[in-house]
Order: sequence, then structure tokens, then C-alpha cells
Amino acid sequence: ASPYSTDEAPNSFEDITTYNNYYEFGYDKSDPAAYAGSLKTDPWSVVVDGLVDNPGTYSLADLIADQPIEERIYRFRCVEAWSMIVPWQGFQLSGLLNKLGVQAGAKYVAFETVVRPDEMPGISGGMIDWPYREGLRLDEAMHPLTIMATGLYGKPMPNQNGAPIRLIVPWKYGFKSVKSIVRISLIAEQPVTTWNTLAANEYGFYANVNPTVDHPRWSQASERRIGGGLFSGRVDTLMFNGYGDQVASLYAGQDLTKDY
Amino acid sequence: MINSINQAARRIPAYTIYIAGIALAAWVIFSSLSTPDPAKVLERVLGIRGLQILIVTLCITPLRWYGINLLKFRRALGLMGFMFIALHLMTWVVLDLALRWSEILTELTKRPFIIVGMLAFVALIPLAVTSNNAMIKRLGALQWKRLHWLAYPATLAGAVHFVMIGKVYTLESALYFAAVAALLIARRLKSRKKLAPTG
Repeated sequence: ASPYSTDEAPNSFEDITTYNNYYEFGYDKSDPAAYAGSLKTDPWSVVVDGLVDNPGTYSLADLIADQPIEERIYRFRCVEAWSMIVPWQGFQLSGLLNKLGVQAGAKYVAFETVVRPDEMPGISGGMIDWPYREGLRLDEAMHPLTIMATGLYGKPMPNQNGAPIRLIVPWKYGFKSVKSIVRISLIAEQPVTTWNTLAANEYGFYANVNPTVDHPRWSQASERRIGGGLFSGRVDTLMFNGYGDQVASLYAGQDLTKDY
Repeated sequence: MINSINQAARRIPAYTIYIAGIALAAWVIFSSLSTPDPAKVLERVLGIRGLQILIVTLCITPLRWYGINLLKFRRALGLMGFMFIALHLMTWVVLDLALRWSEILTELTKRPFIIVGMLAFVALIPLAVTSNNAMIKRLGALQWKRLHWLAYPATLAGAVHFVMIGKVYTLESALYFAAVAALLIARRLKSRKKLAPTG
């Protein structure tokens, strides 16, 4: 197992694939499992643009060719104060960025999710300005914990979990880990991100898991661990979702109550 | 049509509402158990069902304006709505926040949507307590009627609570809010008409 994996027991495949936030398929957590089957993930291409040496439109196979795929068992903490343990398969984003050739001026990486109204029933009539956008600071993107995931439980990524390729940043709230990626941009300025645009006081750009910084809607001090049944109660939320030893240094000198 | 509804209503005893309400609550609890996040699902479904039942309860009076008399079910409906909301609150305290009192206290003082929901529940308590013949007698019909007007703001607060929970505004929550607001306005207009001088 990877030294980056937790030894906690993963949630069941069923929990992981039937309890999803993927608003392009509907607001209810069971909607993605019900409706994501219509999303066509093959062929798939990803646009790479901005401050990179090798921009272009890549087929998924070309994009991830020669990236070493391994299992990473990560804690996954949603901003809604629930969490799971997920055995992802993926590769480090740093490897991909090195292949693409990040230019000196690039400070951030921006991502976009696919938009296909015909295949995604939640897109029409919503309050959200699609595509779903997310981003990372370059040092966060280059961190070895940050992966591009292409599967879970040894199977290809289920559509409702963000097939065929998604981001996973385990020390941040789940909404940072953008699904079904079709665009990766290397840019100089902090990118516009979806939830931050919808409610900036609730969703910051950094969105690091932090039990001491309250969300206006939910306490972040504790979380419900999915899969424990009706009486599972709560566990205390860990700073940086328990990955503080590896990532706290990224934020040295930053006031995390302001950069939330 | 109206006649057949009224005839059917006469044949159905009011206690069937209690049986149906308790059976529905049992079903809601049972069907939450097989979901990945049962505490949250239970909390959410109990709250929605409670709000729906309270809205139905508020429909009894306007239905009478159109000749449909379901008055004998109103008390049972109101009490079942209260039961669902009480179970919703209990689920939040015991199963969702798992009796973490300091966190519960923080939620109750810092989160506007929790405060609004709690106010709605508190407003329902005197209504539930006085939903019996003895209390109607003790208060007198006029006092009792005045007190039970609280059902409107309480249900409206419940609908506002539901709208505020959503991370984005949804048609569903907006419809509940619109339904309660419409009932409240209709009631207002009707009572104004009654007071207006005739002839």
C-alpha cells in the first residue's frame, strides 16, 4: 500500500457510489447514482491551456499515458460535515503537470467539469453557472497527496463519482475535488471557482478542512462518518482532515481564518 | 363531487389519521435504515413530512369555504404534524449531533436557519398542548382560536427553515414557502371581507 494511504477501513462500494454530490445530475444525493449512467465517458478529451509548454486537446489515453497509477486510500470530508474512506486509483497530479511543462509565470491550476445538458439532467433550470469550476494553488497541485483519480475499488471510476477522471485533494473539503474534468489551465491569477462565486462567505478558495473555522451553515468541529448506521454518532474533525503533517507547511504564515 | 367527499369523510373516523401518521413515521424510520447516511435521511424526511402535514392541516379551513368539510380531521392532522416535527428535532439532537451539547448550543445560537426552525417548533408546542376538548373549554373558544392562529406563522417559519437549509434555492423548497404564504394571505383576505360592512 502507498505510504500516503490511511489504514482506516474503506466505506463499502455501495456507500461510495450511492451517496454523491454531483449537482449536474440533481440535488439529491441519490440522483447521481440514478442519472449519471447517461454520461458518455468514451471517447473523452481534455483541453490543456494557459502557461504550459505542451498545450492542446488530449485524448484521455494520451493525457494519462505513462502516469503510474496506484491505490490511495484517503479520508474524504464533505463541507456538509460527513465523511467517508475511499480507496481511489490514480496518479499524482504533479507527474502530469511535469509532463505538460508548467511555465514560470503559472501560479494556479484551474479545472472545469464537462457540461452536457442532454446527458446531465441537473444542468437545466439550476442556479449554478456551469461549467463547475475549481482550482488549486500550484504548490497544492504539486503536492504528492494530490491525485487525479481514474478509479475506485479497483474498478474504472463510476460515472456518479466523476468518471473518467477527477481531482482528489484529501485535505480539502470535497467540493474542491472537481469531477469529470475536461479542461486544465495553468494560470497566473487565482481562478474563479463555482462555490466561492455562489456564496463567498461560506466557501473559500482554499477550503482546507479546518475544525476551528466555522462554516456559517454547519459546525465543522465534528463529522458524521458514513456507513456506521443510525447510531454511529460523530467523530471529531481533524485539522487538514488529518493530513496536517504533510500539508500544514504549505500555509505557513497564512491566516487560515481569512484564507478559509 | 363535494358531496361524495363529505360523505366519505363522515364515514371515516378521525382516529384513522393517528394510525396513518404513526404508520408513516414507522415507515420513514424503517426506510432510512438502508441508506448510507440514515441519521441525515431520517432527519430530512421527518422534517419534510412534518411540513407537508402542517400545510395540509392549514388547508382544512379554506376547503370549508368551498363546501368541503374535513374539520373533524384537523386536530389529528395538526398533532401528527407536530409529532413529525418533534421527531425531526429529536433526530437532529440525538442521532445527527449525537448529544454533543456544546455543538448543539453553538448551532442554536449561531445558525439562522436552526434558530428559525427552533422558533417554529417552540410555537407549535402550545398548539399541541391545547389540542384537546378540555383545553378548548378552559381557554374559551375565542381565546383558543386566537392562540391557534399561531399555526400560520409557525408553519411559515418551518417553510423558511427549509428554504434556508438548501445550499442553492430549489423549486421544491420555494413551493412549500409559496403554499404557506398563499394560505396565510387567503386567510387574511377572508377575515377582512368578513369584517367589512355589507350592504
